Amino acid sequence: MSSKRFSSRLALLAGLFVLAAAASGCASEPVEGQLSGSVQIDGSSTVYPITEAVAEEFMIAHGRAPRVTVGVSGTGGGFSKFLQGETDINDASRVIKSTELALAAEEGIDFIELPVAYDGLAVVVHPDNDWADCLTVDELRAIWEPGSQIGNWSEARPGFPDRELSLYGPGTDSGTYDYFTEAVGGASGASRSDFTASEDDNVLVQGISGDPDALGFFGIAYYEENADRLKLLSIDDGDPDNGDGCVRPTLTTVGDGTYAPLSRPLFIYVRPDAAEREVVRAFVHFYLENAGPLSRDVGYVPLSDEEYALALERFERRVPGTMFGEEAHVGVTMRELLTRYMSPEASSASSDSLLSEPEAL
Amino acid sequence: MTASQQYNERLERRRRKGLVFSVLLFLATTSGLVVLVTLIVDVVVQGAQWLDWEFLTRFPSRIPENAGIKSAIVGSLWMILLTAAISVPIGVASALYLEEYAPRGWLLKIIQININNLAGIPSVVYGILGLTLFVRFFALGRSLLAGALTMALLILPIIVISAQEALRAIPEGIRESAFALGATRRQVVWSHLLPMSAPSIMTGVILALSRAIGETAPLIMIGALTFIAFLPTSALDPFTVLPIQIFNWTARPQADFQGLAAAGIIILMVVLFLMNLSAILLRNYFEKYRAR
Repeated sequence: MSSKRFSSRLALLAGLFVLAAAASGCASEPVEGQLSGSVQIDGSSTVYPITEAVAEEFMIAHGRAPRVTVGVSGTGGGFSKFLQGETDINDASRVIKSTELALAAEEGIDFIELPVAYDGLAVVVHPDNDWADCLTVDELRAIWEPGSQIGNWSEARPGFPDRELSLYGPGTDSGTYDYFTEAVGGASGASRSDFTASEDDNVLVQGISGDPDALGFFGIAYYEENADRLKLLSIDDGDPDNGDGCVRPTLTTVGDGTYAPLSRPLFIYVRPDAAEREVVRAFVHFYLENAGPLSRDVGYVPLSDEEYALALERFERRVPGTMFGEEAHVGVTMRELLTRYMSPEASSASSDSLLSEPEAL
Repeated sequence: MTASQQYNERLERRRRKGLVFSVLLFLATTSGLVVLVTLIVDVVVQGAQWLDWEFLTRFPSRIPENAGIKSAIVGSLWMILLTAAISVPIGVASALYLEEYAPRGWLLKIIQININNLAGIPSVVYGILGLTLFVRFFALGRSLLAGALTMALLILPIIVISAQEALRAIPEGIRESAFALGATRRQVVWSHLLPMSAPSIMTGVILALSRAIGETAPLIMIGALTFIAFLPTSALDPFTVLPIQIFNWTARPQADFQGLAAAGIIILMVVLFLMNLSAILLRNYFEKYRAR
């Protein structure tokens, strides 16, 4: 055998690889006069379905010329990329944290905070559970707080049957867990640790629908898709101004905030310097104009038309900073917040002191 | 009882024991097969109705009926080709150096131990390395090239080790006879060692690449995307791959997306099967070529 023949065969193989690579990469050139360029988005897996829907429709509306890409690194992972200037928009299922604000100030990165939809957290039990219809926030806290010893339904509320209580919830890495523990336990991550946790909400659905003693929570879209094998509970936050008594999560109660404290707004964060680019500006416009029906399509609760208009105005004015500063905003609607923090001054004054001098950096 | 009766009885017992042993071995062998068949049946039942030409040629969508896996298939193919183009030459060259050129000694031992350890590092760690090194330091961004370089690092130890094994399996006599006829080391490598070890090296490479095509964690770390409705045109473009698309669909609440995920799994298994098939065909081809 000759070494020449062997190497020529190797060369042939390498050539095939290159050909295959070239063949898979045939491209369509962008058409003149159309919107082109790229919009890079990353962040929360909760917000992802909405952004995916918007991106899909946006690309169809513009003849597939703009290149919109969406990743799912989680809200925190997304912020760490966003604050390094690697992405244009970050999907967030919670408000930016103070540590992230500090990083933003340090890196000199500004952002525009825009609400895009609401998500309700559904508290669910097995359909055979005929004793529980409604739980108060205090009862939820007693059950879920760190070190809680409640292991039986009868301990959760006198009058409940003497049955074992088994708990299900999202894993500690998820924004849903963060939000639930903050809303119910008072601090993000404040919960007992002896519950069945899964990052995959479909696993929780499976678990709860197979366990008559179960109590669990997850995003409301997962309840709606599995309503026949789960039972949804109402929640009483003990505040008569905010919906009297037990409130069942519906489009209305999640949207107007009466399903408190388990309804949460979802956001996108946009970099103002990225918004200078026509394609990003057009995308954010398209997002806020179409997020209503699209978010409902994928299982979330839309904001009101007025709130979308206010959010669009906030974007047009490039209002920097967060609407959720140090002061508490319990019971304040998104409409009030958007109106209150419409001017740049009001908004930056409300945010962390660390952010009050971004121009100096 | 005569001696022969006793003998027959013991023989009978030994045969029974032998039979039990072979049945146990058979069960052990089939248990793997049963898992595979269950998996395939489950996935095919769930995914078959979603599997059609449209599924292969459409981009992802929020509407299950319109959703396809085109960008993920193309992304995975790019990824595998680039990874192979990077890792195979480097891996085989390292193996050749370590086996044929490197002076025996403590340095070689340290290198060898390190390579073996690298093969056992969890893939997500390579993702973190890829993020800091390729995405940020070399500023390749969240591109195919950054992903392929990360994957190449991940499978390099496997390729080096399997290529070393292949070279070691060649009888020393081959090298010695070639040297005796006046061949240089380079000539021995090109005309004898590489052609002779090619089939086993190829097997190792395909196994390593099969691992790479199923990996998700390192690519999520470096920021491979989930929604991407265009095809990459160069190695510096953003991309997604099959496992990420599948993972995304399994996490959706709507049951239809579970079907799509199953269909995606079927595609991934077909790709893997084709890769393994091509490995066998290439190996047979090289074996025939060597026999001539």
